[in-house]
Amino acid sequence: MIRRALLGLATLVALGFLALPIVAIFARVPPGRLAAQLSNGVVTDALVVSLKTTLIAQALVLLLGTPTAYALSHRFRGRSLLVTLVELPIVLPPAVAGIGLLAALGRTGLIHTTVPFTQTAVVLAVAFVSSPLYVRQAIAAFEAVDENLVAASRTLGSGPVRTFFRVVLPLARGGLVAGEALAFARGLGEFGATIMFAGSLRGVTQTLPLAVYSEFDVNFDVALAVGGLLVLVSAALLITLKWLASTSTSPFRFALSSSA
Amino acid sequence: MARLDLDVSLPLRAFELRLTLAVERTVALVGPSGAGKSSVLKVVAGLLPGRVEFDGEDWTRLPPERRRVGFVFQDYALFPHLSVRANVAYAGPVGDLLERFRIAELADARPGDLSGGERQRVALARALARRPDVLLLDEPLAALDAHTKARVRGELSELLRDVGLPTLLVTHDYEDAAALAGEVGVLVDGRLRQLAAPAELVARPRDAFVASFTGANLLRGRARRGELTEVVLDGGDRIYSTDDADGEVGVVVYPWEVSVARAHADDSALNVVRGEIGSVVEIGNRVRVRIGAVTAEVTPASAARLELARGGLAYATFKATGTRLVPL
Repeated sequence: MIRRALLGLATLVALGFLALPIVAIFARVPPGRLAAQLSNGVVTDALVVSLKTTLIAQALVLLLGTPTAYALSHRFRGRSLLVTLVELPIVLPPAVAGIGLLAALGRTGLIHTTVPFTQTAVVLAVAFVSSPLYVRQAIAAFEAVDENLVAASRTLGSGPVRTFFRVVLPLARGGLVAGEALAFARGLGEFGATIMFAGSLRGVTQTLPLAVYSEFDVNFDVALAVGGLLVLVSAALLITLKWLASTSTSPFRFALSSSA
Repeated sequence: MARLDLDVSLPLRAFELRLTLAVERTVALVGPSGAGKSSVLKVVAGLLPGRVEFDGEDWTRLPPERRRVGFVFQDYALFPHLSVRANVAYAGPVGDLLERFRIAELADARPGDLSGGERQRVALARALARRPDVLLLDEPLAALDAHTKARVRGELSELLRDVGLPTLLVTHDYEDAAALAGEVGVLVDGRLRQLAAPAELVARPRDAFVASFTGANLLRGRARRGELTEVVLDGGDRIYSTDDADGEVGVVVYPWEVSVARAHADDSALNVVRGEIGSVVEIGNRVRVRIGAVTAEVTPASAARLELARGGLAYATFKATGTRLVPL
């Protein structure tokens, strides 16, 4: 009896703690006024920057990440080392990612470029931080495609390229979409690497998360409005992800919990 | 008729696969699992390296998609995301293949909704839509239940006759091989032990393994030359064979050459092995009886008349001419 009460209490405290900030964002300011803040110039500027950089970054992630993941889904010597290298940015603190990008591409960097503190820098920071989530998931999705089906396709007259597009890609699709959803969410919320590598210049490099940070001591309501917007977008992504997981047998269960 | 030649020398996990083979009609490779049978098919298809020549045309360096083989995989490897029609169309024009294989009414179904027999028909139709020069069948009957198997075996045998393509099939079941192929090769540890017509394999097995694989009894013993060869079996029984041999041998006796009696038949012309009845199993219209180390086949009527039951004593008898002596 006491044990069950303690269990219930602990669960209640944890759930309350996790839900409270979300509730607070929407409770502090009435929804109507919150929505009105979204037409504020700072917000629209940040929205445009976020939208543009996210789309370009995710296009890059898909275009380069998909072939990379397919290559890494085949067994070869040194594969696990490369996979670990791809996964490293997932566990890397974002600030380290930012300083690393500066050291690599800064004015005094390994490769001299004028990229830092431009919109290109935002794209690179977002791609760096979010692509591993997609690639890792895509490797698992490609690995799950029965190699007999690939062999069958070849014997039926299809070369490697047609086999990839007609057999491998359709069968891995569920896992790829789930991986991309995770990468998209991670990229949209990117903060640490972006602020270090691209700065927070309104209309140029100030994304939605950076706008929350820059506005919270200027106009708390605006910061809240942007926060609310990000909560809604993120929740929509999560729900999409769970729906995908429940309608497909692709192997992205281990990235989300088993409830997904 | 076209002819497929292959010359394989391929290191596998436990041994090296080495064989040369010419396929003109239907050849079946039989052998225990892990003998390298499926690897031979993959060599022909271009999925593993090896010298392959079709009708004088060198295929060795051609990628799989340019080899014109109809490969039916053991698990059929149907594309799960495509309908039956789309699976067949993937390989080439569908034509009347759906009607020919009685899958027209399943055209819009997904492979996941089909029975084993239906899947096999789709896989065959798809392989033929490729307009192949060679057919490759990997364990074509293994995925089917015993009930469907007999019917499908008949259909398959008819189909192979109709298409008239050089066909290489692999199976672990000697009966399937004998029913489907004009030539059967016994493959063990990557080597071809014997390649011959099914009847020839039974009549003159080259070694003990081939004999036991074709369903024969194999009794071990020591032979001594004489007018008839005398073999003292490991169990102590003394038998005679018309085959010539000396030293350690395997005595090959087919179950249908063995009669069963409950009393010792006092006929010196017959070999007699006395033993306990180990099992009595009815298979179709025959009864398989195990007496000591010997398996015999009798009619259900004789089994009933002899009151054969586990644990009883019986005598297995067979003629000297019904034995083959093979090296061990």
